[in-house]
Amino acid sequence: MISNPSLSLEHYWQTLPPNWPGGFWWHWLLFTVIVIAFVLLLVMGFIWIERRGMGRMQARLGPNRAGPFGLLQPVADAIKVLLKEDIIPAKGDKVVHWLAPVVAFAPTLMIFAVVPFSDGAVLADLNVGILYVVAISSISTLGVFMAGWASSNKYSLVAAMRGVAAVVSYEIPLIVAIAGVVLIAGSLSLNQIVLAQDIPFILLQPLGFLLFFIAGCAEINRSPFDLMEADSEIVAGFHIEYSGMKFAMFYLAEYAEALVISAIIATLFLGGWRGPVLPPWLWFVLKVAIVFFVMVWTRTTLPRIRIDQLMALAWKFLLPLALINLFVTAIQVLAWPEALLWVMIPVNIAIMVILVLIWSKFFKLGGGRVEV
Amino acid sequence: MTLALSGEEVATKLEQQFPGSIIETSKDSLLAKNESLFDLVSFLKTAPGLDFSYLSTITAVDYYDYFELVYQLVSLEHNHSLVLKTRCYERESPAVPSLVSLYRGADYQEREIYDLMGISFEGHPNLKRIVLWDGFKGHPLRKDYL
Amino acid sequence: MALKTEPFVLNIGPVHPSTHGVFRMRATLDGEVIIDLEPVFGYLHRGIEKLAEERTYTGGIPLTDRLDYLASMSNNLAYVLAVEKLAGISVPERAEYLRVILAELQRIASHLIAVGAFLNDCGAFFTPFLYMFREREKIVDLFEMLSGQRLLYNYMRIGGFTQDIPDEFLPALEKFVKQMPGFIDEYDRFLMKNEILLARAKGVGILPKELAINISASGPVLRASGVKWDIRKVDPYSIYERFEFEIPTGSAGDCYDRYRVRVEEMRQSLRIIRQAMEQIPPGAMRSEVPHLVRPPAGEAYAHIEAPKGELGFYLVSDNSIAPYRCHIRAPSLINLTALREMIIGWKIQDAIIIFGSIDITMGEVDR
Repeated sequence: MISNPSLSLEHYWQTLPPNWPGGFWWHWLLFTVIVIAFVLLLVMGFIWIERRGMGRMQARLGPNRAGPFGLLQPVADAIKVLLKEDIIPAKGDKVVHWLAPVVAFAPTLMIFAVVPFSDGAVLADLNVGILYVVAISSISTLGVFMAGWASSNKYSLVAAMRGVAAVVSYEIPLIVAIAGVVLIAGSLSLNQIVLAQDIPFILLQPLGFLLFFIAGCAEINRSPFDLMEADSEIVAGFHIEYSGMKFAMFYLAEYAEALVISAIIATLFLGGWRGPVLPPWLWFVLKVAIVFFVMVWTRTTLPRIRIDQLMALAWKFLLPLALINLFVTAIQVLAWPEALLWVMIPVNIAIMVILVLIWSKFFKLGGGRVEV
Repeated sequence: MTLALSGEEVATKLEQQFPGSIIETSKDSLLAKNESLFDLVSFLKTAPGLDFSYLSTITAVDYYDYFELVYQLVSLEHNHSLVLKTRCYERESPAVPSLVSLYRGADYQEREIYDLMGISFEGHPNLKRIVLWDGFKGHPLRKDYL
Repeated sequence: MALKTEPFVLNIGPVHPSTHGVFRMRATLDGEVIIDLEPVFGYLHRGIEKLAEERTYTGGIPLTDRLDYLASMSNNLAYVLAVEKLAGISVPERAEYLRVILAELQRIASHLIAVGAFLNDCGAFFTPFLYMFREREKIVDLFEMLSGQRLLYNYMRIGGFTQDIPDEFLPALEKFVKQMPGFIDEYDRFLMKNEILLARAKGVGILPKELAINISASGPVLRASGVKWDIRKVDPYSIYERFEFEIPTGSAGDCYDRYRVRVEEMRQSLRIIRQAMEQIPPGAMRSEVPHLVRPPAGEAYAHIEAPKGELGFYLVSDNSIAPYRCHIRAPSLINLTALREMIIGWKIQDAIIIFGSIDITMGEVDR
């Protein structure tokens, strides 16, 4: 539908790893180091954005002692957490307890293998990129459930079960929202999707963006869907019994997942590394930071919803809207004349507003009292 | 202003229904017999013109010869109140009828009096210690406790 | 083939960030739904009633501070009123007006914490809580100007106050009263129609009207269930009959109504403070009271409308310098009676919210 420059042969050769001595393995090594450094540095940056941003929004200062503007606060946190004693509950399953943080954190690193930092600068330009992302991101949930089970603590078990239920429910609107983007871009590869965004897809798929954002927040258990680690109810949920380095892994995993969702949103909807003046990777980091800032904003502002309301929201509100979005997008891909592409923007925005307004009139956040 | 009904007026009404149940009356309060307490209060709760639907407080005081229980009853409709007292002369295991079936607000207050004063309430569904732990010996608020 | 499930027992508390103190609920859960609940408390019992028998009447005032430690001025006021009723002491006008001003300021401060903590339990991660604390800091600064203390004021005395108020107090109070309605409107703008708050709190934890009267509930809990009963109007103490104010009531008795009643009460308290500030006369601050008050033998019960409910003191005197018996009618303890009925059938998250909306302080429950 969109004349896709990336389908030309010339471009295809450019996406192969460069011709270095050692070729593929050097490429792999360089990008592994880049990905790990990127994730760790940006996670530190995100922790800072969250704590300082949330503090300022709550009429207080936030960390301002460790380094200028509190920029070294995450480093201080990391050092503190590393020096703590590692407590393992006596009755828990020790192997599972030890494995859970690894299973929760490793997939978030793996996802960055397919995210493009610049034109062609990916560790592996899989042509099923977004499918790979969706598949790998579900593995973190397994880590959460392992943690809840192995802690031999009723609170963490309740939290882990809630978490699994929520994540499984929100996978589906997430995937259907992605399907809309894939239809317009014409490819599953993340690099191609970025190259196809002459107009950023947030304008062409506003409903898809909204759905992806909400479902993404629910997937990573951020407010207003953070019942898995509801600080004021079940006191830290599935990672109650963790301390020391394992807790640090869960903490990092939480922000790394937020980084993943922000990066995917930036890639799919905001145009990835595209931008006029600055170098591409800087644009990418900026977009990711802006998306994360919006997540922090919603966390500070909104209260939390209950588990049955969460499920009702996924199945009765997001899923039908996602299916309608897919349907409308498919029709547009088939029938819209290419010259009038920018007209699709207001049309889609209007469709989104009308759909959301009408649907919320009919949607009832069900549940309530159970007769005992 | 909540009108504090005088003991004498109410006593005349009660004597008609339950003769012999009032021991003493004064301007502020009404002293009733232990055994007839439950009947008196159920009458006071539903009698037209009295309608004491709200039990404000239950207090227990340890005068060395006897324990005195003070009930403050309030009527929300007519905005008047009454002070009803009863005495218990036993020292070892004093017992008084419980008002929980009439006013559920008496639940925790009676448990507390049992816990701290040692007065047991007959008919209370769950008479356990409430502010002290279950194995505690003695009743601290009594005058001979320390 | 039905799935075999069995209920399990979960202990919510006593060490828990959301149980407003050391309070324990033994909940029996079937999945997420609570099918039975047993509240256990007594972790903060300090024997205040017994201690009061060994201190003089004036020496018992600091003990009353520690009852509902978030609203110390109201506790002081109730105790001092009871002693004055027992001993037949009258209080000069200026002291009465100041008592009203302090009691209403304390009501605003206590409701700010109650609403903030309720929203914190709902999950709005400290943002409303901190905004309300910003206002509470202003009130606490006013109290610090008077008594030198930020939490446990120990300020009221039998017969009035020991010293006159400093000159900066009334202008600072005026500035506060001017700013505060704007802040309450700000909270309403964010929270009153918030979809998520409505979904969490409307229709949750209903206390029906007859049950509320039967369990002797008082304060905002009773008024949210539809009973228009406020001690300041039906049995005015101090000089409350000179002020014009309304009693906000709810209709459904759910968590949302309790929250709305508290916010509206804050507005009415500001109204009372404004009227009291205009009418405050010059004069003495304390009537002639002997150093060791020795009331004649007898008994007296005085109750006030504290922020949490009806706080009453029953004092028995035997003509000595210490009370023979001091009994405290604690509103938080009695409001908890129907906790089981209110929570059964809801989920763990609702249990925390319902418990938070009753607004108790463990210092009062356990004494």
